Amino acid sequence: MKYAYYPGCSAESTARDLHSSSIAVARRLSIELIEPDGWSCCGATPAHQTDRLLAASLPAFNLILAMEMGLDMVVNCAECFSRLKMTNHEVVNHTEIRKQIGATIGRDYDGSVNVRHFIEILLEDVGIDFLQDKFTHSLSGLKVACYYGCLLVRPQEITQFDNPENPVSMDRLINVMGGESLDWPHKVECCGAGLALTRTDVVVHLADSIIGMAKDAGADCIAVACPLCQANLDMRQSDINNEKGRHYDMPIVYISQLLGLCLGISMDALGLRKLMVSPSCVIHAVSAVV
Amino acid sequence: MTIRIKKGKAVKNIISAVEELAGVDLSECYQCKKCSCGCPVSGHTKSPPSEIIRRLQLGAGDEILSSDIIWICSSCETCFARCPMGIDMASVMDALRVLAVKRQAAKPKGDIPLFNRAFLKTVNMFGRTYDLVMIAAYKMGTLTFMNDMDKFPSMLKKRKIAILPPRGADKKTVKRIFDSVSHK
Ligand code: SF4
Ligand code: SF4
Repeated sequence: MKYAYYPGCSAESTARDLHSSSIAVARRLSIELIEPDGWSCCGATPAHQTDRLLAASLPAFNLILAMEMGLDMVVNCAECFSRLKMTNHEVVNHTEIRKQIGATIGRDYDGSVNVRHFIEILLEDVGIDFLQDKFTHSLSGLKVACYYGCLLVRPQEITQFDNPENPVSMDRLINVMGGESLDWPHKVECCGAGLALTRTDVVVHLADSIIGMAKDAGADCIAVACPLCQANLDMRQSDINNEKGRHYDMPIVYISQLLGLCLGISMDALGLRKLMVSPSCVIHAVSAVV
Repeated sequence: MTIRIKKGKAVKNIISAVEELAGVDLSECYQCKKCSCGCPVSGHTKSPPSEIIRRLQLGAGDEILSSDIIWICSSCETCFARCPMGIDMASVMDALRVLAVKRQAAKPKGDIPLFNRAFLKTVNMFGRTYDLVMIAAYKMGTLTFMNDMDKFPSMLKKRKIAILPPRGADKKTVKRIFDSVSHK
């Protein structure tokens, strides 16, 4: 299994842990992830809030790189995933935008690169049975609230990822790992990550309601797949505790880190020490499969 | 709720500009308000998404570009996902932002346009985002140095933020992309 892998800018800064854990998991499962040479930022929210052509051109350049490699493009960040998918949609449906992109980049892009989330690869290409065989450790009943956030699942016509109101992809992985995925109502609520630095006042409310709901559902930790959700929910907990008098201590762990633990990969390789809220309860729960 | 639209002054309504930028037909909205019910920031704004559409339908002009929702909207796509008419409200918000910046509407709380400029500037320079410089530029512009300073030491210790600028991007192509947009 071989893919073009788009790390996204956060992989080199706030989400080195997501990057290193995904690479380690992929290696253990013999998945080959190849970074396209010269990849650039997808433009994220600031680009689509500023200019439609800019918002399509930046991802298009990266998709062209994958097209030239003749591979599907694998992504972790939900924001990048959404922008890349949106660009495929733009290029296919708007010839004018396709033409303008072609003129600027000097290469035509037809929207044909298959953009897939790392979770999709695990479920669809690797398969649950194969994964189960590879696990050396179990989450031994750890209660996990899977949080999907916005841009993986919405809008469904474009992302085509699972069910937009009640996705279960991550839940399936948690259950194969021997954890207990919780049925809870905030799987796809917005945590406000896009406003993390600009409207912290609003974000504190949004993140509070998500973490509070997970806690009420009995979660030991929240599993996420996106670096923006992770940073927002992890780093804002101290502010929420101060401003709202809560006592949150909820580890926000990447699904790739949990997978890594079950594959017997070391804590350091998975970047588990980088999390702000200590994931010690998660690490203690993990036990060897006998 | 009563919506008042100023009469008398020759306001040019902006609905067609919004529809063209967003590629939507706002006459299709029949005010079911599903968008506003699901909107995570409805409780934090004076005008939830369905109200913005109603105002546009009733002939709102540039004054609508100062509505707080335009910049509180987190681009979560819930409105679009749930609209029974398939109206791409998230793109409507993007269109309003483009117009707000172009027509110099009042600076919103949190100065998100400045954040966007700071973000895109580092992308233009390095081909990828450079958090440290982007955050510094934004904080300088908004005089909010102290916000989140408590998190910095542990972020540095955990190497959760890159100190050195990003390397490896095809900067030439990225520059060309930015130039093509600014010369449009
Ligand atoms: S959900 Fe759609 S039809 Fe209903 S009020 Fe919102 S934009 Fe209008
Ligand atoms: S995209 Fe914006 S307007 Fe729509 S539901 Fe989300 S926050 Fe509200």
